[in-house]
Amino acid sequence: MRLEPIARPSATRIAGLPALALVGTIAIAMALAALAGADPVHVIALIVKGAVGSSFALLETLNRATPLIFTGLAVAVAFRAKLWNIGAEAQLYLGAVATVALGTGALALPAALLIPMIMLASILAGAFMLLGPAFAKTHAGVDEVVTTLLLNFVVLLLVSYLLEGPMKDPAGMGWPKSERLVAEARLPRIVDGLRLHWGFGIALISAVLVWVMQTRTTLGYQIRAVGLNPKAAAFAGIPVSVVVIKTALISGGLAGLAGFSEVAGLKGSLTLDLSPSFGYTGIIVAMLALLNPLGVVASALFVAGVFVGADSMSRAVGVPSYIADILLASGLLFMVLTLMLTRYRVRWD
Amino acid sequence: MGNLHEPRPVLRLDGITKRFGALIANDAISFALYPGEVVALLGENGAGKTTLMNILFGHYTADEGQVTMAGAPLPPGQPKAALQAGLGMVHQHFTLAENLSVLENITLGTEALWRPSCAARQARSRILDLAARFGLSIDPDTRVGALSVGERQRVEILKALYRDARVLILDEPTAVLTPQEVDALFATLTRATAEGLAVIFISHKMHEVLAVSSRVLVLRHGRLAGEVATIAADAQTLAEMMVGGAVDAPIHRAGDPGEARLALDHVSTVETGHRGSLRGLSLTLFAGQITGLAGVSGNGQAALADLIGGLALPESGAICIHGEPVSDWSPRAALAAGVARIPEDRHATGAIADFTLTENAALERHAEAPLSRGGWMNWRAAQKEAEEIIDAFDIRCPGPDEPIRRLSGGNMQKLILGRALAPGPRIILANQPVRGLDVGAVAFVQARLIAERDAGAAILLISEDLDEIMEMADVIHVISEGRLSPAFARGAMDAAALGAWMAGEGFEGSNAA
Repeated sequence: MRLEPIARPSATRIAGLPALALVGTIAIAMALAALAGADPVHVIALIVKGAVGSSFALLETLNRATPLIFTGLAVAVAFRAKLWNIGAEAQLYLGAVATVALGTGALALPAALLIPMIMLASILAGAFMLLGPAFAKTHAGVDEVVTTLLLNFVVLLLVSYLLEGPMKDPAGMGWPKSERLVAEARLPRIVDGLRLHWGFGIALISAVLVWVMQTRTTLGYQIRAVGLNPKAAAFAGIPVSVVVIKTALISGGLAGLAGFSEVAGLKGSLTLDLSPSFGYTGIIVAMLALLNPLGVVASALFVAGVFVGADSMSRAVGVPSYIADILLASGLLFMVLTLMLTRYRVRWD
Repeated sequence: MGNLHEPRPVLRLDGITKRFGALIANDAISFALYPGEVVALLGENGAGKTTLMNILFGHYTADEGQVTMAGAPLPPGQPKAALQAGLGMVHQHFTLAENLSVLENITLGTEALWRPSCAARQARSRILDLAARFGLSIDPDTRVGALSVGERQRVEILKALYRDARVLILDEPTAVLTPQEVDALFATLTRATAEGLAVIFISHKMHEVLAVSSRVLVLRHGRLAGEVATIAADAQTLAEMMVGGAVDAPIHRAGDPGEARLALDHVSTVETGHRGSLRGLSLTLFAGQITGLAGVSGNGQAALADLIGGLALPESGAICIHGEPVSDWSPRAALAAGVARIPEDRHATGAIADFTLTENAALERHAEAPLSRGGWMNWRAAQKEAEEIIDAFDIRCPGPDEPIRRLSGGNMQKLILGRALAPGPRIILANQPVRGLDVGAVAFVQARLIAERDAGAAILLISEDLDEIMEMADVIHVISEGRLSPAFARGAMDAAALGAWMAGEGFEGSNAA
């Protein structure tokens, strides 16, 4: 078996293969639903309905998509520079810690000042979290996959300590939970009465800003150059290490914003289950979006919809909601395969 | 039985055709190879030489056609069968295990694993016998890692002979050799053909083809463009057959050197990997002069290029620009000082394959006006620059938005050249600027370098191709093991004399200036 590159893939190939990938993904989900003893078509219909079938479902999906847009952007920015940031989870939690540290009464300011300050603090906290691994990579050649991944566990333990100790809510009945944010620190809702907070708006703005940064600025150009060919970038006079560090700051900051948005927009306090793996799911979101910042918004909505829809379906017919993980995982695998097949033809000889 | 008058071919190709998508890499190629002859296979890059050899060896399967070895058809797609039938190949990039001895490398894969080592003595005597017969002196117990490039090539040839090769294929065998080593190789080939071996000699160097072969086959665009007896051929007609038209050689005009633009003062560097190191080397580049740097690959050329290009700092010694020693030296500082750089490896360092022509053209100057202002890219200006380079350097491409990986090597090199020359450089570092290019692109690049020289640029031309150096350079230095020979004026030394310096002779007594 050999792969032959295709110089110019045809339109049918470019459009048809992703469609096939979608069909394959759904087929796998349906087969699993049938295995669980449910009517496959009904299960898929319930997932779709649970994700977008009502205004409640839709808002739930948008809320769930918000942190995924941030972590997806964090991953997309970093991966462009081939900085493999697997630590968005840790950066998210540190952003949340910063939010709680400043937002529970330490600063008595009006909302118009307090919220931007807390945002900035959460960005700095997330950026700080990725700075160490980035320096270790550029100055000592330490693999950032290892450092960022392991720091996730370190930070989770740190948060656990904080919630049992210095940040513990005295009125929390002994639960490991922080005090609630003061009202001035809470993100308002976009439309009164609808359960959707401004975190979603900030996420959309971030996506546009990242897109502008990547396509219009010298830094974005340098990031792409360093990611595609660091040797050629260095030869052309681009300071590769500096670019990697800057990328790390942006990526970590975006993930820190995810923590801010979840605490200040949705939960109001910090607990150990703030993130059901938003940091890791951000990797799927970014990959599905082919690292395109605007694509991240679409893929975050899709991923969030699958999760929300599967939860709802699971409550209705009793098929485990793990089917959402399988849907996303198989979808990602199919897409990677599809991408390869649009550029290569398989020859059997 | 007409065998005596009409010898049977040892290898026959009949109508070999190979397509890759729309590209026809080999188009109905047929020829026969007879025992005792050296056939040169001549062709530009992309003419289909490599594809044809890969089909011979079973790495590719031909879409049409048949390979016959000594009357028996060769099963397609089976490298093992090709080896057993007596095809032996010496690749351009050697396939030897450096940590094994010569003996082990040669016998590797020929001995059954479960046979005891008593065969080693037999193997050794067989290798020594072959070495003596073909003039390939070598110690079978030396580790291959300790051998020079020329010696490694001998091991590769011995490896083929040890496997009873009846057809020996040499792919660009002289690219890495000094002239003396080339002579030794040719002597070996003469002995080999006298013993009845058939040799296919792949090259694009005319004078070697003319010296060693008895017949020349010319490939062009995948087709057999011609076949001539070597006695009836000359370099000019062969070049025209290769490109399918007239070729203009660059006309040399003696330059009048101006002031010193860049000087290296007793620089030394630390050995890093296989890039070689410099040992107290001094070199001055003058305005309006092409300084040629000849030498066998790996003698410090890469380290020297890194220094001048701003990628490295000397361990000791100084780099002086216009007489002033530089303190802050980086690719950006080099660019600011007016150094244009054409890197050795255009794919790995010269360009970013997935970037468009516009993006590649902007690489070195994207951080300055007009390409950017205050951190914002001006893509319209960048595209305009790219279009200007495309026009001025006759780059064949669908447009500036094309990814550069879709371009041929020659067109890619033209973009790199255009990018480097656009700011009007005062110093040009051209490291292997025409390696792997087709004849037309070679002539173009060389003419541009000469034009820059005439316009007053100081040029350092690094090449492993001595002919290129002798043709282009006004003064020639030879580099060997990080040391520099004195400057030789153009025409003062012939290839043999320079070859002696390339082999490391003459350095002890001399005090390189």
